[in-house]
Amino acid sequence: MFVFAIFALFIAMVLVLVRLYAGPTLYDRVLAVNSFGTHTVLFIGVIGFLTGRPDFLDIALLYALINFVGTIAILKYFRYRAIGDVHQRPTDREIGH
Amino acid sequence: MMLDLFIDLSLFTMLVATGIAIVKMRRLFGVTMMAGVFSLLSAMLLVTLDAVDVAFTEAAVGAGISTVLMLSTLTLTSRIEKKPVHTPWIPLLVVTVTGAAIIYGTLDMPHFGDANAPAQVGVAAQYMERGPEDMDIPNVVTYILASYRGYDTMGETAVVFTAGVGVLMLISGLRRRRRKHPKDEGEVG
Repeated sequence: MFVFAIFALFIAMVLVLVRLYAGPTLYDRVLAVNSFGTHTVLFIGVIGFLTGRPDFLDIALLYALINFVGTIAILKYFRYRAIGDVHQRPTDREIGH
Repeated sequence: MMLDLFIDLSLFTMLVATGIAIVKMRRLFGVTMMAGVFSLLSAMLLVTLDAVDVAFTEAAVGAGISTVLMLSTLTLTSRIEKKPVHTPWIPLLVVTVTGAAIIYGTLDMPHFGDANAPAQVGVAAQYMERGPEDMDIPNVVTYILASYRGYDTMGETAVVFTAGVGVLMLISGLRRRRRKHPKDEGEVG
């Protein structure tokens, strides 16, 4: 069953990679990276059960955390066009798309 | 085992595809995202090699901090990569020669999981044996890094600290200059 899971996981990864390369808008790419991080978490979990040593499951949780913080940082870049300390709220012209 | 081979081959194929896509792509935001995925794929490969601590460092630095640093660089520079003016053949030659030299260097290395490798017959066994009495720390990795290799770890920490201070000084200097000349702050987006 875990073998099947890992096959499905690889197919999902390839689909996400295609979207990451082709994705027309930036938001497609952000979403693709985010879901690829989720696939990493799943992969670590599945490979633990596949080799009969599910000890690394808690490490997979840490990957989920990194993924979350990274996505927040990228979205903050979209919102403010800056990563560091933001002094004032941007005007509409600065956000403008 | 067959399945291990399949997993390794799939991961490496995706890694190479991501690398080629990074080279091909001209929009630097997409390249940043691709670099994050590249790092996640390397982390997965390291997990299959049972090096979970290295994998976690790779994911935290490569997919986490590097992405943020690259994005903050993108706020300061252009978002489209310029077309290279020189021909790609000389860099390709340099990369091929360097890669061949590195592969030649790996020929002398012990095989994966070799019981007679220096890592197995060296001081590692003694560390495992005497560590708990010497240091009274339950975690093997912690007592090796913090005591037996204490000076090494201190040097690494000094290097990372220096790099962090350097980056902070660069960024703060830039910001001060921008505040002095507000006209320099062009449209970045």
